[in-house]
Amino acid sequence: MKLVTVTIDGIKTEAEDRTPLVQVAQKVGVKIPTLCHHPLVEPYGVCRICTVEVHMRGRVRLVTACNYPVTNGIEVFTQTDRVRRTRKLILEWLLARCGHVPLLNTMAGEYGITEPRFGRGDDTCILCGLCVRVCSDVVGANVLGFFNRGTTRYVGTPYDEPSDKCIACGACAEVCPTGCITIDDEAEQIRGELPLGPMTAIYIPTMQAVPHQPVIDYDSCIHFKTDACRVCATVCEAKAIDHGQQDRHEEIQVGSIVVATGFQPVDAQKVPQYGYGRYPNVFTALQVEHMVNASGPNNGQVLLKDGSTPKAVGIIHCVGSRDKNTHEYCSRVCCMYSLKLAHLVHERSGAKIYNFYIDMRSAGKGYEEFYNHLLEEGCEFIRGRVAEVSDWAVTPMETDKLVIRVEDTLAGLVRRIPVDMVVLSTGLEAREDADDVRRMFNMSCSSEGWFLERHPKLAPVSTFTDGVFIAGCAQGPKDIPDTVAQAGAAAAEAMALIDTGQVELEAYTAWITEERCSGCQICVPLCPFSAIEFNKEKKVSTLNEALCKGCGTCVAACPSHAAQQHHFTDAQIMAEIEGVLVR
Amino acid sequence: MADKPKVAFYWCASCGGCEEAVVDLEEQILKVVDAVDIVLWPVAMDFKRSEIEAMPDGSIAVAFINGGVRMSEQEEWVHMLRRKSQMVVAFGACAHLGGIPGLANLNNRQQVFDTVYQNVPSQDNQAHTVPGEHSRMDGHTLELPRFWDEVKALHQVIDVDYYLPGCAPPPALIWAAIEAILTGTLPPKGAVLSPNKACCDDCPRKDSKPDKIELTEIKRPSTHIADPELCFMAQGFICMGPATRSGCGNPCIEGNMPCRGCMGPMDDVFDQGAKFLSAFASILAPKTEAEIDKLLDQIPDPVGTFYRFSLPTSLLHRRRTGATV
Amino acid sequence: MATTTIPVTTAFEPRIVAFFCNWCTYTASDLAGTARLAYEPNAPVIRVMCSGRIDPQFVLKALQEGADGVLIGGCHPGDCHYQEGNYKTLRRFRLLKRILTQFGVDDARVRLEWISASEGDRVQHVINEMTDQLRTLGPWHARN
Repeated sequence: MKLVTVTIDGIKTEAEDRTPLVQVAQKVGVKIPTLCHHPLVEPYGVCRICTVEVHMRGRVRLVTACNYPVTNGIEVFTQTDRVRRTRKLILEWLLARCGHVPLLNTMAGEYGITEPRFGRGDDTCILCGLCVRVCSDVVGANVLGFFNRGTTRYVGTPYDEPSDKCIACGACAEVCPTGCITIDDEAEQIRGELPLGPMTAIYIPTMQAVPHQPVIDYDSCIHFKTDACRVCATVCEAKAIDHGQQDRHEEIQVGSIVVATGFQPVDAQKVPQYGYGRYPNVFTALQVEHMVNASGPNNGQVLLKDGSTPKAVGIIHCVGSRDKNTHEYCSRVCCMYSLKLAHLVHERSGAKIYNFYIDMRSAGKGYEEFYNHLLEEGCEFIRGRVAEVSDWAVTPMETDKLVIRVEDTLAGLVRRIPVDMVVLSTGLEAREDADDVRRMFNMSCSSEGWFLERHPKLAPVSTFTDGVFIAGCAQGPKDIPDTVAQAGAAAAEAMALIDTGQVELEAYTAWITEERCSGCQICVPLCPFSAIEFNKEKKVSTLNEALCKGCGTCVAACPSHAAQQHHFTDAQIMAEIEGVLVR
Repeated sequence: MADKPKVAFYWCASCGGCEEAVVDLEEQILKVVDAVDIVLWPVAMDFKRSEIEAMPDGSIAVAFINGGVRMSEQEEWVHMLRRKSQMVVAFGACAHLGGIPGLANLNNRQQVFDTVYQNVPSQDNQAHTVPGEHSRMDGHTLELPRFWDEVKALHQVIDVDYYLPGCAPPPALIWAAIEAILTGTLPPKGAVLSPNKACCDDCPRKDSKPDKIELTEIKRPSTHIADPELCFMAQGFICMGPATRSGCGNPCIEGNMPCRGCMGPMDDVFDQGAKFLSAFASILAPKTEAEIDKLLDQIPDPVGTFYRFSLPTSLLHRRRTGATV
Repeated sequence: MATTTIPVTTAFEPRIVAFFCNWCTYTASDLAGTARLAYEPNAPVIRVMCSGRIDPQFVLKALQEGADGVLIGGCHPGDCHYQEGNYKTLRRFRLLKRILTQFGVDDARVRLEWISASEGDRVQHVINEMTDQLRTLGPWHARN
């Protein structure tokens, strides 16, 4: 790296040889106006508004600062009369094309232009080419380009048709200095829908994420689509972003394992009568949770699809729970999270809240009190399974509303309740890949797919596999306090196992009587734990009882009656057979 | 001669090979003849039933009986010999396990008669004549022993003291047994007079057995020539060696034939065929039902293969027939 | 003193010996119990740690001792607590079935079922179905 000395408006500084002048000026705090310049793309020098005066070896020149490489000993002046005159002229020319762009008019004010000499044109594009360069150099989509020459030059897409190569990333609109380009969200709805989007491709998954670090969504990130962009890496001062990172598979030797793979929410579309996916203002509880999150994309506002605030909200409990068509079990957490949402939605929007429940299950410390608090808050509770959500208005009151049809089992009549927003309190179900995980750890599942504990009371966090423990919703629906408690228990069990440094073996291991073994070796490959070895000196098979897990497969295979299993000898089982068949 | 112990040899449903085995003792048989007084040996000498009947009970020291029990006459004989003898030795695979004739237990008496006297291509029996217990001819009544539905091993008919296994029992074992009897060094009653270890123990091909066998093909001696050095199982041949008692001296293996199981199972094994089946199935490679079945199709007669010598002493003894099969 | 007459039924009731592996089918039968799923009492269960422990001799022994049927229950393929014990069971079972056919044992009398720990209802279904089939088929020992 070769350092050169540069003087800008009398400020002496050092910079790397051939750095663009505009960067050096920025470093020392000298402001140079720019239009066609953006740090993410190569300098282009087309708008010429960055014109400055350079004194070098006695020569004086006007240059564009954005693409002028500094050399040793140059002296730069950014505010000389000549510079200001030049910039004024440039601005007047720009106004002659785009006379009504606010940014240009603000700049014109700074240079004392009240009425441009060449008139005011009606265009908004100054042909700076930032959009074209961003689209090709940064995004890599290559959708935008210049067309024609001279006075008829313009920026556009091939044949002026909407291009299917456009990924609607919005980068062109973002960099456009004049606001000439806008993104039509409504038409394409690509950038996420109100009131939940848009999200960027790099984000921190949740407020409580551990580790609390941003992740890149591989499927949405432009870099992984077009190999371009990497804007995030450019702007990250810590240089923490590395797009070249690859998935790594690491093998780690551990003493015990806690499986806490959690749950997945029931897909609300499995209950089609509630209209999720059909009516835009039917949301799942998780979506509303997203909405009310103060640091979420919606800044904690509760909004409808059209951006307005709901006046009445219906919360339907037990969606995908306590239902023969989905899951018969109670998901346990929905009552309380529904109450929390009722409280928050009311607080944020002032809307009237209706809760539709089968039974209120508010068992837990402080839970019943919270329920009572909501009753006092004026939240309405209607006991009954909702039959249907529809947009079919029968009365004028129901026009443009979602109508919840429900049998109010306390009042003993069928009611129609018009609301603006419906929140579905979806239940918890076992993860889709629970079966694969179960196999990996040799565990068992209940018929609903929850991992089975060794014993519901005596070994609630142990599994049928020694050293593998379960915690949280992977074992069954439960709330956060219960999960934390269970996780503590599982961790303690795991620690205890490691801390003891020894494991207790089951008593029902197999053994081989050497005097009977002919060394036929049938048993040797059968053992999944490699507990049997062929002793080449004695020419018999020997069994290491410390490795044996007691399946007895070798015993059943041993044709010599040399292998037997404690507690399950041939004689014992034969006696059992005789026993169960006694008349 | 009166002070020499009396010995009887008798044959039931057998082929006569066991008698050959006695002769195979070669010059050692002279020692036997010196040491004992043979009172009955139908294959070699002429004795009458009445002579044995006339002997006092328990006057014979040892009766060696070969062959399974398949007819009423054989049953009468073995009961009588049991009464007259202090010790009964089941001699050879048929007396020990039921033997090859025991495979008839896959059929009943009627089916055996139909096959033998009616359906074999060499038979021309238009009168449908089959052996009967009583036949009249020219004013005389001819009596034949009753042919049973089922072949039985000796111990299923009478109390047996010892078993000399093998088809036929190897001379070395016979001699060892005779020596033990003469010197009074016999093991406890009910023992099989052969080592309680499987054939693999002293198999000349033992060292060629690989650590892991996973069969994808089952070969038969009739269709494949076996490698003369390699373990038969490793080659894909069904070799009953792992489930068969040793002591035979491995003549089959020496002759490049896999073990067929004539020495019977080890002590405490209830069913030689099932035990071998369990061991053998354990080393098959396929994992799906269809693939397993495809491989097993290569065994045309599983019972005949796994129970070649032991069907009557298997847990089920015989095929049971009924309305549905 | 009150007397109770115990009705004596002379109708044939099949006796089935069930061999269940500890981790899947035995647990499933426990589950059937806790779920109060009633099923025919004709199949006393003998627990083994793995269906791989089930020696074909046990099946023959049960038939010899007077069982009218034998039911083997193990984990689904791929689910074995001991990785592959149930595959060994399957291979033995397929070969045993051939032997049993030659011995004249009807197909319905000896049955292998994969029942996972969560399938309590399957235990109920299989035992009920098998008992019904054997009732129709009649006693095994009368077939001598």
